[in-house]
This record gives sequence, C-alpha cells and structure tokens, in this order.
Amino acid sequence: MPEEIKGNSSAPQPPAEKPATPAAAAPAKPAAPAKPAGPVPEPWNAALPNALKSRFGSAILEANTYIDQNYVTVDGQVVRDVLQILRDEQQFDYCVDLTAVHYPKKDLQFEMVWILYSFARNERMRVKTRIKDGDPAPSVVSLWPAANWLERECYDMFGIAFEGHPDLRRILLPDGWEGFPLRKDYDILRQDKAWVQANLGIESGQ
Amino acid sequence: MTEPISTSSNPAGNDRTFLDSNELILNMGPQHPSTHGVLRVILKLDGEKVRGTECVIGYLHRGVEKIAENRTYAMFNPYVDRMDYVASVSNGLGYCLAIEKLLNTEAPLRAQYIRVIMTELNRLASHMVWLGTHALDIGAMTPLFYTFRDREEILKIFEKYCGARLTTHAFRIGGCIYEAYEGMEQEILDYCTFLEPKIDEYEQLLTTNRIWVERTRGVGFISGEDCIALGVTGPVLRASGVKWDLRKAQPYSSYEKFDFEIPIGVNGDTYDRYLVRMAEMRQSVRIIRQAVAGLPAGPIMAKIPKVLKPPVGEVYVSIEAPKGELGYFVVSDGSTQPYRIRVRPPSFVNLQALDKMVRGQLVADVVAVIGTLDIVLGEVDR
Repeated sequence: MPEEIKGNSSAPQPPAEKPATPAAAAPAKPAAPAKPAGPVPEPWNAALPNALKSRFGSAILEANTYIDQNYVTVDGQVVRDVLQILRDEQQFDYCVDLTAVHYPKKDLQFEMVWILYSFARNERMRVKTRIKDGDPAPSVVSLWPAANWLERECYDMFGIAFEGHPDLRRILLPDGWEGFPLRKDYDILRQDKAWVQANLGIESGQ
Repeated sequence: MTEPISTSSNPAGNDRTFLDSNELILNMGPQHPSTHGVLRVILKLDGEKVRGTECVIGYLHRGVEKIAENRTYAMFNPYVDRMDYVASVSNGLGYCLAIEKLLNTEAPLRAQYIRVIMTELNRLASHMVWLGTHALDIGAMTPLFYTFRDREEILKIFEKYCGARLTTHAFRIGGCIYEAYEGMEQEILDYCTFLEPKIDEYEQLLTTNRIWVERTRGVGFISGEDCIALGVTGPVLRASGVKWDLRKAQPYSSYEKFDFEIPIGVNGDTYDRYLVRMAEMRQSVRIIRQAVAGLPAGPIMAKIPKVLKPPVGEVYVSIEAPKGELGYFVVSDGSTQPYRIRVRPPSFVNLQALDKMVRGQLVADVVAVIGTLDIVLGEVDR
C-alpha cells in the first residue's frame, strides 16, 4: 500500500471517513457514523480487581478491559502498595516495563504505567496512576530489580523522580543534557544545541 | 543492585583486596571489538577478578520514541527496523501487530504465514550473527566465516522478497505488501535442507571443543529466579530452566498452529545458552517447513483505511524476538500520529543482568558474557 507513505503530518489529511465502497445506486444513504466506533473499555470483572477494590476501596479509580487487555487505574497515594500486593499475593513476578505518558494540558500531567506479567497465571495487566509535574513516583526497584534501568530511563526522558531509587541518574543521554526529550513541550528543533556544540563540535544539533 | 562505582577518587578505599593490591578501574569500550557496538563497561577489578561493573550506554540513542510522535503510524514503520538491525523483521512484526491490535483488526491468514516464515528466517539470521561473533570473541574464528556465509542466503531471500537485505520493512500494518515471489516456497525449503547439516557442522566445531567448553561452562551463571526478577527474557531465561516462550505462552500470528518445542537449559551458564540457541535454530527450521507446507491461499492485506486513525486507547503487544520479549506500548489520541509509542527492548533489559553475571568472574569472562547476552546496541540505546 504505497499510498500510505503520502500521509504527511503537516499536509491536510484527506477525510478518512469517506466510505470505501462506491455507493453507486444507493438512493438514500443510511446515516453512517462518521467514524467506525472503536471498542470501548469495559469493566474488568474478575477476582483480582475485586480483591483490590475491597482492599483499597475508592482508591481504585477504575478496573477496565480494553481489547482483551486489563488495566487498573489507582490513586497515586496507594500505587506502591497496590504493586506490592500484586507481586506478593497475586503472583505478578515479572515487571515487563514501566513508562510514562505526558499530558501537558491536564492538571496531573504524567500518567505512569507499569506493565506486569505473571508466569504462574500467564496473564498481563497494567497499573496506571496520575502524578503532578514535579511530584515523585514511587520506585519499585526493591520489588523488581528490573525496574532499575527502566526508572532511570523514565527519569532521563521525562524528568520524573523516583522516590527510593538507589542510583537515579540519566542513562541514555549525557549527564549534562538540558531538558527531558519525551515531554510534549520539548521541541525536537530546539533540543540542547549548546551541549552538542560544546562536546561534539557540530554547529547544529540536527 | 549495581552499587555506583567511583571513578574519580581512590576506589579501593579501606577494603582489603586479593593480594592486598589496590582495586583497579578498567575501562572497556566504547570502541572495543567484543562489545558488539558502542557499549562502554567500567570494570572494578581485584587482580583479574571482577568486583563490579557499570554500563555506560546511550551512544546510539536516536530518540526513536520521540520520532514516532512526529510521524504517522505508517511512516514510523521503517524506523523500527533500525533498532535491532540484525532482527529487523521481528521488530516490524511487533510494531504491525501492535497497531493492528489498536485498530482491532488482524492480518489475513496468508499474511500471517508469510510473516511467520520471514520472522523465523530472521531468527536464524540473528542467531547466526550471534554465534559467529560470540565464538570469535572467545577465540574460535572459523564459525564466523561459516555462519556469515550461510546467513548470506537468508539475506538473499529477503532481498528477493522485499528488496532489502538488512532493514527490510517487509510488513505493513494490516498484513504484507509483497506477495511471495515465484519459486519462493521451494527456495526456502531448499534452504532448510541446506541449513540443517550446517547447524550440525557448527556444533561439531564447538559443542565438544575443549577450549569452547572451558571458556563457557560455568561462566556467567544466572538462576531462573534472578532472570525473572531482572526481567531477563529470551534464550537467556530459557537456558536457566524457565520454559517460557511468548510464541507458546501467548501465541500471535498463527504460532499456535505450528508444532515446535521450547528448548531449555539446566545450568544457566554460557554453555547452556549456546545449546539453547542452537536447538532454537533447529526449531525455527521446523516451523518454517510447516509454514511453507501449509501456506494458505487468499489475500495478504486486511481491509484497513489508507489513512490510519486508530480509536482513542492504548495497547501493549509483545512478541518473542530472537533476543527476548519485544513489546510496543502504543497510546492513540485518535489522530493520524501516535500520541506515544514506548518500545520495550529485550537487549536493554537483558543487559542489566551483566553485573549479576560477571561479579566474581575473570576479566576474560566479561567478553564471553556480553557475547552470550546477545545484545544489539541499536536496540539498547534506541
């Protein structure tokens, strides 16, 4: 499908909602929805979210399933305890990944996401929480040592501090780098040119 | 886990060391032939014993995740090939599966089979690069020439199929764009027949070779529990006795239809990881044979819109790449560009186990352990 390549971000997009089939002799077109309605998150009803809800009550903000994938969103105050219980009591022994998503327009700017897997249950889930810009996230290195470098990368890219991390430093970018690249307000054209010029002797950062 | 190593002041402090000598800080890399790219390892040594390591990474950091936010879904597809560039087909498969999941669609069956064939060929190619370079690092030069000679045939198949040898961009979101070329099935079957005795040949060179066994057995031990705690996946995890492979545990792209085994090791050392990867190559040949034999007819592209606008939502999809679990966490805000793409790279997470595996071992073993972890720095740094 070579036409896909034409999809330039700055050029105006052709409307995607045009029906693909030529409605040749359709006299009265039914009012088709402009966009096919996507799947919606459904409540996740299982023993695990119910156990969490009965334990933490309203601090479990939602427990949903979206396209066969389960996630819980919890209050920032209890997220460390939720993760601890998932590991100790629900056999989520493998921390697959942790990352953040930046929503600069919201009050709680960062959404933290922990992706967990349980070998015993062969089950995956995500734990999410919202934190303010400048607030620390709890470190889970003591629960899963795998989180060590993942948290360092998250700090490197978003500037989120992890409370209790043994060695929180930049990992991919050089130590003297200014700014946190994966924040939405970090413009790729205005990256740290000063560092590049001083250390690499290149005029432009690009 | 990793205690920070001071490189400026006297690192020995008041610790009594072996031979009462001072501890030595040795810098390895970033330009070092056995680091497989630009990896810098700072070693804290006591004589020849390694007392600690610190990895300095990021030399190949290109900001792939930031690039993704400034491209459309289809435009970002070729970029993922540049992460693990010796297994680019796997990267593309994981990405396409993730976006298809976000669109709540699936590739047609024929496309799924072609994807399996290409991905398993790529696994063979990736393991061959690993074997050649790993053996070269610890003194066996011949396997490098043998494996690169035989890998060449796989690259030729890729070239015929999609026009590229290394960064293939073989698949598209929704299926495949290229139909199997004339005579591809027979060529791949012939290659399988050609390769099996070659795998025996590699094994003849190494499996009972005394130097190889001495350099690998008992070296770089890691237990199954430590692997899980450190998030280590792939052949390293399986060599420590954990029978877990995403192709079996959570099958994708029709892997449930194929009959194959998950080879596992017992001792969790470099030798067992070698055996596991050799056995995996034979299993890959087995899968390719079944997929070619059962290649169904039909379309190769699902009906997806030309301009992709996935509904608002987020998914995490992962596959068993040659190095371990390769995952994509994709957040869509309903526009043509991904709001956020997070790549879960197996090499990055596996490299974290280096410190655990080399502590208390000899300097020369560091080279063996970096080789056995099978890292690609393009994926570590992204």
